[in-house]
Amino acid sequence: MQPLLLLTLLLLSVGAYHLGRKRAFAVAGGQIRNLHSLPGFYGFYAALWCGLPALAVLALWAIAQPGILVNWVVAGLPPELQNLPPDRLNLVVNDLKNLVSGNFVSSASDPVMVEAANRYRQLRAIGNAALWVAVLSFAIGGIAYAWRAISPALRARNRVEGIINLFLIASSTVAIFTTIGIVLSVVFESLLFFRQVPVSEFLFGLQWSPQTALRADQVGSSGAFGAAPLFAGTLLISGIAMLVAVPIGLMSALYLSEYATPKFRAFAKPALEILAGIPTVVYGFFAALTVAPLIREIGAAVGLHVASESALAAGLVMGIMIIPFVSSLSDDVINAVPQSMRDGSYALGATKSETITRVLLPAALPGIVGSILLAVSRAIGETMIVVMAAGLSANLTANPLEAVTTVTVQIVTLLTGDQEFDSPKTLAAFALGLVLFAVTLILNIIALRVVRKYREQYE
Amino acid sequence: MSTTAIDTQVALNGALNRNAPLRQSAGVQVTDYENRQTVGKITVDNPKMVCREVNVHYGQKHAIKNVSLDIGANEVIAFIGPSGCGKSTFLRCLNRMNDTIPTARVTGQIKLDDDDIHAKEIDVVQLRARVGMVFQKPNPFPKSIYENVAYGPRIHGMVNTKAELDDLVRESLERAGLIKEVEKRMLEPGTSLSGGQQQRLCIARAIAVNPEVILMDEPCSALDPIATAKIEELIDELRENYTIVIVTHSMQQAARVSQRTAYFHLGDLIEIGDTDQIFTNPRHKLTEDYITGRFG
Repeated sequence: MQPLLLLTLLLLSVGAYHLGRKRAFAVAGGQIRNLHSLPGFYGFYAALWCGLPALAVLALWAIAQPGILVNWVVAGLPPELQNLPPDRLNLVVNDLKNLVSGNFVSSASDPVMVEAANRYRQLRAIGNAALWVAVLSFAIGGIAYAWRAISPALRARNRVEGIINLFLIASSTVAIFTTIGIVLSVVFESLLFFRQVPVSEFLFGLQWSPQTALRADQVGSSGAFGAAPLFAGTLLISGIAMLVAVPIGLMSALYLSEYATPKFRAFAKPALEILAGIPTVVYGFFAALTVAPLIREIGAAVGLHVASESALAAGLVMGIMIIPFVSSLSDDVINAVPQSMRDGSYALGATKSETITRVLLPAALPGIVGSILLAVSRAIGETMIVVMAAGLSANLTANPLEAVTTVTVQIVTLLTGDQEFDSPKTLAAFALGLVLFAVTLILNIIALRVVRKYREQYE
Repeated sequence: MSTTAIDTQVALNGALNRNAPLRQSAGVQVTDYENRQTVGKITVDNPKMVCREVNVHYGQKHAIKNVSLDIGANEVIAFIGPSGCGKSTFLRCLNRMNDTIPTARVTGQIKLDDDDIHAKEIDVVQLRARVGMVFQKPNPFPKSIYENVAYGPRIHGMVNTKAELDDLVRESLERAGLIKEVEKRMLEPGTSLSGGQQQRLCIARAIAVNPEVILMDEPCSALDPIATAKIEELIDELRENYTIVIVTHSMQQAARVSQRTAYFHLGDLIEIGDTDQIFTNPRHKLTEDYITGRFG
């Protein structure tokens, strides 16, 4: 890229803005009300004409130049090099590029290559000079065009706002296209996986032992890709987390919104939300180093065998992490119930607790359900705590004192380290990701719908 | 003549001369306070509620200043006055709804029959069952029509069986003049009714707990004229069984539905008396200015 050129272009655009403004004043005879738009819009109009076409030229040039240069240089190589098969030729070109950027290459001593590299450098210098000329002439041409176009009747505001509109659309689609791209890549990799392992075995198989043989006669070569233990483990840990987060979160929301003094609320609500800001890896070692041993010791004291890495430890800590999701959102929806509902209830002689249980909670219920569903999808997608506290062994069990593993943890272990990218082992990670994505997407859709329904209620 | 002109000017400027000369006089009872008078007879023969020297502060703001008045049994009394004059605040004192506002402080004596409503042995829950309230904007709960009316009887344990509750709900809706319109749709949400119907539902909800007094805070301000006429008719019928206190911005409404009227101005009770007399022959300059539309 050409930082200096970009900077020049930016300065030119700023200049164009002032020129445009001045020109607008001039054509209006100094009276702003003679103009269709405010003078600033004429300035922007000129600046956009200066900057945008020139930028487009710059971008096209940057994309096209290397290819064209390589072609020219290759055309100048001796015939015996030119007539190499395409993959060999590619190697030569790579060598050439390395030589140009001054890296050490084996062919450095080859006079043909050195000459070619010099030719490349020369051409590139000419190209860059031409680029400056082209870009600057487009920029100045743009200014000239705008200068001529500016007249009191020119609808500069509409034009400028149209361009801004385009920028906004482009920005908003970035996220959408990224999502689509991610989904597509996950789907295609999953399809590759399902070609090797049937869907039914993946979804309902009870054995999870993701390994593939390097050689046919290898020991333990038979991999098993039944993900049911992972789904069960995910459910178990998320379930424990929700058992912790929902009651505590809901009750703290009720306290904050209905009972707490404004002073306490102003302190407690942000304090609770800090919980959401703690990195999950910190929760992870809190779970692994503090909570898990504690649970094991308590278990030993009452004569229970507890694994060092238990679903309970991971679930408890994850539950605490999720509390702010439930409490903060629930607090918001309870607060959103109109004061007139409370007044109406109190005026009938209802106590505070009757008002809460019979009016506020039913009115806020859809919103509370929405917040819980969002928390569930957060729990299902959580990885770090589980990696550190719940273990890696894919046990199919409902006992929270045993070690289990989850979908997210397995994705992490499948993709860490050196892997072949076409073995079922790696591809299984994409299939797991797809399932995870589908589940959280469905939960989010339900949550959003429920919340939306709630919003309509008082309008 | 010149004095009157100056007084009007002063009143319009908001710097009110509370001792403005009475338009006329003989036989008019006047209660004197430190810095103002209440014109008219504040007492009645058979009071349902008796309020004496009531003051309300919202934080630093002195919203009600030394207001004393009686509310007679089975009468409709209207509180009128310009916005911010404290009439709604005073109304909310009568069932201690101001308790729900943390910064509000109420002093003075308010009696319901012979019970001081601020006394320790009075449970605010019981008080509000005896003194019901209907709000400016209809506020049915997001529940069915039936459940809206059944709410009060349920929380007060007024009925023992489902059949009794059914009867009570029907009777309340009937008294509120709503039964014909909702008979077939008792299980639909209360919010599905029109504004006027919602307000009558709120009245039905209030009378379901069989209160002695019903407070209405501008009950028709969000309604169209036809719905308003229905509510006014209903208020007149309800007078037979209940004592009604209504706050209203509409002087025509006060004239139509009430027997007595109290005029509030900036937290002061300026004049109180029979509705006929207040509207035909106001005795205080401010009252006259307000009802003739010179300000407010």
